[in-house]
Amino acid sequence: MALIKEPDLGTPGRPGEPTVTVQVDGMSVAVPEGTSVMRAAALTGIDIPKLCATDTLEAFGSCRLCLVEIDGRKGTPASCTTPVTEGMRVSTQTPKLEKLRQGVMELYISDHPLDCLTCSANGDCELQDMSGTVGLREVRYGYEGENHLDAPKDTSNPYFDFDASKCIVCSRCVRACDEVQGTFALTIEGRGFESKVSPGAGGSFMESDCVSCGACVQACPTATLQERSVVDLGMPSRSVITTCAYCGVGCSFKAELRGDQVVRMVPYKDGGANEGHSCVKGRFAFGYATHPDRVLRPKVRERITDPWREVEWDEAIGFVGTRLRDIQARHGTGSIGAITSSRCTNEEVYVVQKMVRAVFGNNNVDTCARVCHSPTGYGLKQTFGTSAGTQDFKSVAKADVIVLIGANPTDGHPVFASRMKRRLREGAQLIVIDPRRIDLVRSPHIEAAHHLQLAPGTNVAIVNALAHVVVTEGLADLDFAAERCEGFDEWAEFIARPENSPEAVEPISGVPAAELRAAARLYASAPNGAIYYGLGVTEHSQGSTMVMGMANLAMATGNIGREGVGVNPLRGQNNVQGSCDMGSFPHELPGYRHVSDDAVRTVFENLWGSPILDEPGLRIPNMFDAAIDGSFRALYVQGEDIAQSDPNTKHVTAALEAMELVVVQDLFENETAKYAHVLLPGTSFLEKDGTFTNAERRINRVRPVMAPKTGKHEWQIVCEVAQAMGYDMHYDHSREIMDEIAATTPTFAGVSFDKLDKLGSVQWPCNESAPEGTPIMHVGQFVRGRGHFVQTAFVPTEERSTRRFPLILTTGRILSQYNVGAQTRRTANVVWHPEDLLEIHPHDAEVRGISDGDTVSLASRVGETTLRARIVDRMPVGVVYTTFHHPVTGANVVTTENSDWATNCPEYKVTAVQVGLKQSASGRSAEATARDLQTLSD
Amino acid sequence: MTTNPQVRLVTEIAAQFRHRPQDEAAAEIAAHIRSFWDPRMRSQLLAHVEAGSVTDPLVLAVVRLLPR
Repeated sequence: MALIKEPDLGTPGRPGEPTVTVQVDGMSVAVPEGTSVMRAAALTGIDIPKLCATDTLEAFGSCRLCLVEIDGRKGTPASCTTPVTEGMRVSTQTPKLEKLRQGVMELYISDHPLDCLTCSANGDCELQDMSGTVGLREVRYGYEGENHLDAPKDTSNPYFDFDASKCIVCSRCVRACDEVQGTFALTIEGRGFESKVSPGAGGSFMESDCVSCGACVQACPTATLQERSVVDLGMPSRSVITTCAYCGVGCSFKAELRGDQVVRMVPYKDGGANEGHSCVKGRFAFGYATHPDRVLRPKVRERITDPWREVEWDEAIGFVGTRLRDIQARHGTGSIGAITSSRCTNEEVYVVQKMVRAVFGNNNVDTCARVCHSPTGYGLKQTFGTSAGTQDFKSVAKADVIVLIGANPTDGHPVFASRMKRRLREGAQLIVIDPRRIDLVRSPHIEAAHHLQLAPGTNVAIVNALAHVVVTEGLADLDFAAERCEGFDEWAEFIARPENSPEAVEPISGVPAAELRAAARLYASAPNGAIYYGLGVTEHSQGSTMVMGMANLAMATGNIGREGVGVNPLRGQNNVQGSCDMGSFPHELPGYRHVSDDAVRTVFENLWGSPILDEPGLRIPNMFDAAIDGSFRALYVQGEDIAQSDPNTKHVTAALEAMELVVVQDLFENETAKYAHVLLPGTSFLEKDGTFTNAERRINRVRPVMAPKTGKHEWQIVCEVAQAMGYDMHYDHSREIMDEIAATTPTFAGVSFDKLDKLGSVQWPCNESAPEGTPIMHVGQFVRGRGHFVQTAFVPTEERSTRRFPLILTTGRILSQYNVGAQTRRTANVVWHPEDLLEIHPHDAEVRGISDGDTVSLASRVGETTLRARIVDRMPVGVVYTTFHHPVTGANVVTTENSDWATNCPEYKVTAVQVGLKQSASGRSAEATARDLQTLSD
Repeated sequence: MTTNPQVRLVTEIAAQFRHRPQDEAAAEIAAHIRSFWDPRMRSQLLAHVEAGSVTDPLVLAVVRLLPR
């Protein structure tokens, strides 16, 4: 496909029907009220020259290039800032306008380096284009006058340069940072001729608050802000529309290429999830795909202590098939299983669960969602009837009160965070429920109305207290509960009990009762109240209970079934939703249908020609337990690094060591591969051909920009393993796998690659009654018929702080790194986060003699690790925080076997720990500091 | 002493339902176990119960509802 240049209509569209009719150069067009003259003209096919205007930003009116003449009006107004009125007659090309525009361009060009032929933006420069468009032929002022040509170049950012000598001070970068990203890192410093773009207080980009989202680079009309890769490689010549492989937002990108070399990833304006925005990971951190660490040939070894032996595909696949069958012959059908990956496509995941069920003959398949959002699947299915979020991302633009629980979207889901921040700047209220003071509590132009800084492990007490206020203060939507739900009266009686009151919960959670009551009233009285949540909800011993508690709260206030409301999980990885949809759980076939359902099993049995067990299989933690007790002997791991990502590393590695065969299918030789007997090289998202499903149930195409570097697609590998085990699994193309999914799974019945290519994306359910998908769920009726209120009693976690382990550790992620870091650690993103740090409150640090940057030990009852301390007051006293992006830290060495009661999702968010000084940053020994502390204490 | 994973898990599940009448709680927990536990996990739980290492009345009520 040739290079895709998306049309730029100059100013953003306005909602509503096209009720205002205008004439532009004699062409009639009807547009919604509030539309600019520039956009109306563009809709008739007339591009008015412009430099400071672009349709992703509100009009600014500074460049004076888009002037027009309007019948009956004096002067030459800027078309970008002039709204249309009924009957308006506009002229965009007159001798007067031509002269004015040429004059403007002359001034710009007189202070611009005339190095077009060697400029990195040659051929992709709006200044260059406009010079041609306005017919500029001479610059009467010459080029010797005062100018900015010696302005310094800022190369501090690893991904883009800022060449101030080429800047025309159009403010598009500043406005993009403000309006699109919402970071407000850039400003225009100085006045008149001295005015210039400045990151923050005048330092470099890297010293500023810039989060490297790329919005400024995208907005820049010249080469002032330019991707380093374009400078190095030149302009791309073709585009492929595909989907980011990082977080669950699932942004659409144009992969812009020269041959099969990716020059840059540009966010796609027509992408339903991101609408032209991006973050530092998706925009820039794609270099891992061609990193020399990639494993490109299969490897095999008899014992995990042996060196690897590179082999041909046939030998590796034969080895896997033979060993798996041999183990089953000796230890039984249920002695083997597989784990699917949320980083793989729907098609790749589907074939793994098919292999397990049809070829292995058991249901021992699980997915990495087990350790993140499995409680979402359980909780939302129990209450609403299906295991997915209720809204599309756009819906947040209609929310009046947003409750953000256990999520940090500016780091974990940055592109959605930008949408949320835009709505908050428009006046929506925010309630943050999190032990940590995340950035959204207070950031430029945003301040949460309430930050309920609860003690880790008390989520359910808090959500019950909020619901208690709703019920006891008469704030419930009784009509909604009566018409749409069941079990309300029993639940209301339960939730109204004194033990659920804010006053009873205050000593448990540490949240003042008055603050809780105020937050509950704010949410319940909002025209539209929306709940968004993350792993701070699910990764608890009561993760599933909390999900049901939030669903109760939303139903009790009638906040379900329309725009601006809902209960919405922010999924961690790109295809968490999809991997769950595809039947990766050991109790469910594709489409969340239980394996005990005879009718559903029959559909698959007839198609696959194999009987399917009607009993659930092992979940990931159960697999580890069974490996240690000897009944589970072989594991096929698709694209997951369980030795780094799963809790209680010692237990995980003991389980892996106990198995006879561990097969790892991955891009890199990861931590799990140390315990593997076979390493099957996987493909990056740039090689995959399939679909991802994001957190809003949006099914997006993942299109290859290059052939698999390994010689095989991942679904082909699985098919060949199945064949080696004696089962004929074969597809000619991944589209055939999606066709099989559609044929067997009612919520996907209308999905096909052809439809996705035509519509761009669809949100499931996509079937006869919703042929173009379903952006908002539970409209008019819940999937299960009536919404089900569940009594959610608060049960404290077994994990308590003790004298030996007096602090509580909670874990999370940061913006620049992703999950176990296998991808982002192999990019320049390491400049922002080269190591995992332990965030600790100044008081907790002081009593331990710890200073910022000191090396500390972090110990729990299951293990100990070492990392450096960062002293921050965003943590409450008694709670410490770290990330798990670096294997050298091994944060999961200390996390425990505790898990959610319903799903076994690990309790990553609550671990009792002790922190001690190991080595001060100044070189002072821990012993010397301990002596000083003792002296002070004495 | 290390608690068997299944005994530990069923005890944690039971804790979630103690606010309900025992017969209702036992029925819900048994249904949950049938829906989500691999048969070998159920067998191990039954073995522990038969060995007398489980004394929680709610868990014992649950086990009575599970298929042998």
